[in-house]
Amino acid sequence: MSGWQGRVPTDAVELAGLVPFAGPAPSTQADKDARRARKVVGSLTEAISRSGLGDGDTISFHHHFREGDLLILQVLAEVEALGIRGLTLASSSLNACHGDVVGYIERGVVSRIYTSGMRGTLAARISRGGLLPHPVQVHSHGGRAALMASGELRPKVAFLGVSACDEFGNANGTSGASRCGSLGYALVDAMFAETVVLVTEQVVAFPNTPAVIRQNRVDLIVVVERVGDPSRINVGATRTTTNPRDLLVARRATDVVEHGGFFVDGFSIQTGSGGAATAVTDYLGERMERRGVKAGWALGGITGSMVALHERGLVGRLLDVQSFDLVAASSLERNPGHTIVSASEYASPAAKAACVDELDVVILSALEIDLDYNVNVLTGSDGLMMGASGGHCDTAAGAKLVVVVAPLIRTRIPTIVERVTTLITPGSNVDVLVTDYGVCVNPRRPAVAERLAAAGIKVTTIEALFARALEICGRPRAVETTDEIVGVVRYRDGSVIDVVRAVAS
Amino acid sequence: MKAKKSPAERPSRSMLFVPGSNAAWLSTVQVYGADYVMFDLEDSVSVREKDTARLLVHEALKSPVWAGVPVVVRVNAINTPFFRDDLEAVVSAGVAIVRLPMVTDAQMIRHLDAELGVLEGKYGSVPGTTRILAAVESASGVVNAVAIATASPRMMGIALAAYDYAMDMHTTHDAAADESQLFFARCAILHAARVAKIHCYDVIYADVNDTEGFLREVAVIKKLGFDGKSLVNPRQIEPLHNAFAPTPEEVERAHRVVAAAVEAEKVGMGVVALDGKMIDAPIIAAAHRTIRLAQVSGVQVAGGVR
Repeated sequence: MSGWQGRVPTDAVELAGLVPFAGPAPSTQADKDARRARKVVGSLTEAISRSGLGDGDTISFHHHFREGDLLILQVLAEVEALGIRGLTLASSSLNACHGDVVGYIERGVVSRIYTSGMRGTLAARISRGGLLPHPVQVHSHGGRAALMASGELRPKVAFLGVSACDEFGNANGTSGASRCGSLGYALVDAMFAETVVLVTEQVVAFPNTPAVIRQNRVDLIVVVERVGDPSRINVGATRTTTNPRDLLVARRATDVVEHGGFFVDGFSIQTGSGGAATAVTDYLGERMERRGVKAGWALGGITGSMVALHERGLVGRLLDVQSFDLVAASSLERNPGHTIVSASEYASPAAKAACVDELDVVILSALEIDLDYNVNVLTGSDGLMMGASGGHCDTAAGAKLVVVVAPLIRTRIPTIVERVTTLITPGSNVDVLVTDYGVCVNPRRPAVAERLAAAGIKVTTIEALFARALEICGRPRAVETTDEIVGVVRYRDGSVIDVVRAVAS
Repeated sequence: MKAKKSPAERPSRSMLFVPGSNAAWLSTVQVYGADYVMFDLEDSVSVREKDTARLLVHEALKSPVWAGVPVVVRVNAINTPFFRDDLEAVVSAGVAIVRLPMVTDAQMIRHLDAELGVLEGKYGSVPGTTRILAAVESASGVVNAVAIATASPRMMGIALAAYDYAMDMHTTHDAAADESQLFFARCAILHAARVAKIHCYDVIYADVNDTEGFLREVAVIKKLGFDGKSLVNPRQIEPLHNAFAPTPEEVERAHRVVAAAVEAEKVGMGVVALDGKMIDAPIIAAAHRTIRLAQVSGVQVAGGVR
């Protein structure tokens, strides 16, 4: 007789409703094969089958590989082969490399999309209308975490591509071959998805620490040849630039940061993506050294330039929701001051604390900005979706000094408009606009204007810049749209701030 | 008739070359803050684009984008079939300064002067207001520099162009390697400019990505006494302007020199002393130049921009 038997008075009223111990369960840990088989499955198809994915469910992905993502199309191919239809595709963002999603929409495999943005043929085809049965829900990075927390967006299965994990599912983006660095967006999926499938290129020995996605959130693990091409992370939006116009705008933006009132020891900054925005980081390093000012921390998409400032001791900590290049990805591994934040910690209005609320300065880009400082980063001047909401409205809501950088004219089309085609960030959250033709300050922020003027920075008005643009370009004809709504723009709190209508052909 | 601001009142550190056939640049390049922008009809424009470029530059000069900005246009050389058409196109559009390439002697300048006079009359410009910048690109040009610089009251500056000059001298121009081969030519046009009291511009630095080499060359020509340099890319403007900016100490000292001179004049003293040292007229003139340069460079001294 084992020592545990006969000890429990099963008929005692005090134990009503409790279950008596019935002996130790057979350990899956002892048998190596059984232990692996618990989570590691042989193929994507098997993972999809075991996840219980069915028609009309939601599948989610992260976009840390940006233009190098190889996972979404692999999963959609397997899903289609299994005959599953009517899915909601919820990737933290979609890029030009996802053009083939069009076919899956046409064949009924995908019928709804949640994303931060879209580029390329997928974006163009959806924007022209008649393709997707329901409009695309466009959210910010913080807004996505909030949509998941509210339950509106609740993935049945999250397919999270990682370069390596152990057999329990401990994963980070800094080991293995195809390293994407931070897994900040994926962390939200790992938190909220019903079933979490790690798609990895390699299973390494337990424990794969420090882990970002943790074993207790992971259901299944599939090994595939490739999940992403990290060399394509910084293709597109996050390029460094030698373009003199971008550099001019960056230099002016750096002047604004230096004299805007928050350039003091311990300040915090996010410089975002886009040619001019990333160049600001380089210029900022010079100013910080010259003035003896150090930043406490930098937030957001982290670039190699920002890592360089951190390693020179000019920026204390890096809070990384997304590594914008391979330098940033490898820095996560070697620099203890460079750590990951999830999209929820980064920017969610539903989180118990979001980093954006502590931010001093943010540099943001714009496809269009209107006379009331409202910003569009989603639709181009042709009315087609071509960008992403990203962290734009999240950081603008939180930061104390919000600087938008943009060229005044892009190939004959003014960036300043009377009314933005699509509203992403409300003008009341934007403080300064820096263009190649001059700097202007939102009239809601007279103190900022005074500080810049006192520092000798020439400040003009957005109306004057608008007039200048029209003088050069003339007034562009409005884009014709149909009544069909192809995109619903969700503000970070989940409310609908605008809609995108189909462009008339 | 347009009133034209005298070039002497403007800073003249940078002259940015813009190919006359590049329509986008013709409408946007003024944002980079070059002291002068030069639309080129010559070497950067291929033969089959000469007409296009001439037309584009003519329209650009008349565009509100360039209103009030003194634009330089480099026309094709006098001995080319493009010269007269170029000149008519730019003068009729009110160009401020004509840069004439391949100038070998004073006669060329007098010829241009006369042509300008005729065209100014034809298109109703104030006679004599179109200025001339002569580019010297040969041994004879360098040797005749003083005569060229003083050949016309229209002369606003003289510039050196290294590649053709080096070939004429049976050598090659390699900016990164060595500046000694240009030393004589630089000194010659600089002396000519100072004799004629006009501006003096150094050669272009073609390797846009070599900021270090560029700044090395800038240090050399600044020390020699050049007013500035011809530039091929907007990215070269800021480093050039920074290199030409006086230090806060120099500005401080210049202000003290000027203050001492003003004080001495007030009390009727002919001789000025500062910190026990004599200050004469050239030192006072140099102090004024430093202060002007500081103002355009935005140099801050104790108490803010003066």
